[in-house]
Amino acid sequence: MKPAPFDLCIAETVEDVTGALASHGETARVIAGGQSLMAMLNMRLTEPDLLIDISRIPGLDRITVDQTGVTVGATVRQAELAAHAEAREAVPLLAEALSHVGHIQTRNRGTVCGSLAHADPSAELPLMLVLLGGSVTLASAQGRRTVAAEDFLTGTLTTSRRPDEMIVSAHFPRPPAGAKTAFREIARRHGDFAIVSLACIAQGRNLRLAVGGVADAPVAVDLADVSAETLPAQLNALAWRLRGYDDIHATARYRREMIRRLGLDMIMEAMA
Amino acid sequence: MKILKDGSKTQVSFTLNGTEVDGYAEPRTLLSDFLRHEIGASGTHVACEHGVCGACTVVVDGKAVRSCLMLAAQAEGKEIRTIEGLAASDDSFNKLQDAFHKRFALQCGFCTPGILMTLSSLQDSGRRYTEPEIREALSGNICRCTGYREIVDAALDVLGDRVVA
Repeated sequence: MKPAPFDLCIAETVEDVTGALASHGETARVIAGGQSLMAMLNMRLTEPDLLIDISRIPGLDRITVDQTGVTVGATVRQAELAAHAEAREAVPLLAEALSHVGHIQTRNRGTVCGSLAHADPSAELPLMLVLLGGSVTLASAQGRRTVAAEDFLTGTLTTSRRPDEMIVSAHFPRPPAGAKTAFREIARRHGDFAIVSLACIAQGRNLRLAVGGVADAPVAVDLADVSAETLPAQLNALAWRLRGYDDIHATARYRREMIRRLGLDMIMEAMA
Repeated sequence: MKILKDGSKTQVSFTLNGTEVDGYAEPRTLLSDFLRHEIGASGTHVACEHGVCGACTVVVDGKAVRSCLMLAAQAEGKEIRTIEGLAASDDSFNKLQDAFHKRFALQCGFCTPGILMTLSSLQDSGRRYTEPEIREALSGNICRCTGYREIVDAALDVLGDRVVA
């Protein structure tokens, strides 16, 4: 199908965008790479009055790597972050997770911040943001604010972004020095939406575990004093807490079982 | 800041296969439709129109992308290559097309332009690829006829990291 008609704003500055969002609110949508939004427009799942193209705004395409981690501007493509040598070195897990995001043809256009804004519950980049304790910086005509991952990703395709705000950047902190990380997901085919995605950071017997695709947003938990003996019970408790949901791809029961099995497998790899 | 009004058409120009082209597009016109209906370059095929099948793959600024997930207006000033750009002036095949011919890597041929554009973008890097890398790249292109074996073989003939007898 084709998109319903809309006006198209080719923005040149962040102020162009925040000004247009202030006057149009929920009837406007921001587009950068469009790899989620264009499909929704084509299927008429969303019919905005105004589409604001931010892809030509100078300065939003920067990747900054410092001691704290990796900061990614709003128009940085997924393929660009995956290929960025310093970012790969700072947070190796990011590149690993990015290789599961769609296909090369969509990663070449899809942006990192766009995937966060879309907030698919099983998507890899929101999972990474929650696992690493990252944040998103939003701009509006009133100013800027930075929101922690858990406060930003509030549910299925839902974030705490206000209708007058755009994402200007996302920050992925480095894992603690010496920590080991791992990532797993299960999908019907490589590049499909994950049914369940998991990632962890292990430091000795302390573990931070993030789970996507089970609850309606990715969830991270910190587990202390983890061992091969305690883990099955801990993962089982987490699986029941997150409950899962039935859909065309899998049952809630299957999703919980993936936490128990894939989770155990991944954590043992990270802690080995 | 420029605002393109719903229903009105604005000029869009870009480089298509080395030649400057232009046409008129509504804000909502997809690049795939602009190429086919406005420019008349109908070699780029359209199937699912929501970014899943890869039939509409074109190369924009050196990168393979879905032309159904891009607005014509977003192509302004870009350098775009499509299947028409692979044809030599004497209509002979390039190496990839030749390998597809020899390996029977198509049946109905509907997905072939998209697949050739994905592979052409790999070819530009000048490096060689392993079979898993080729399969990963092609995972973004759906073919309903061949079962992929012949496509992968043809791709490996030209881009593969092993010598073919």
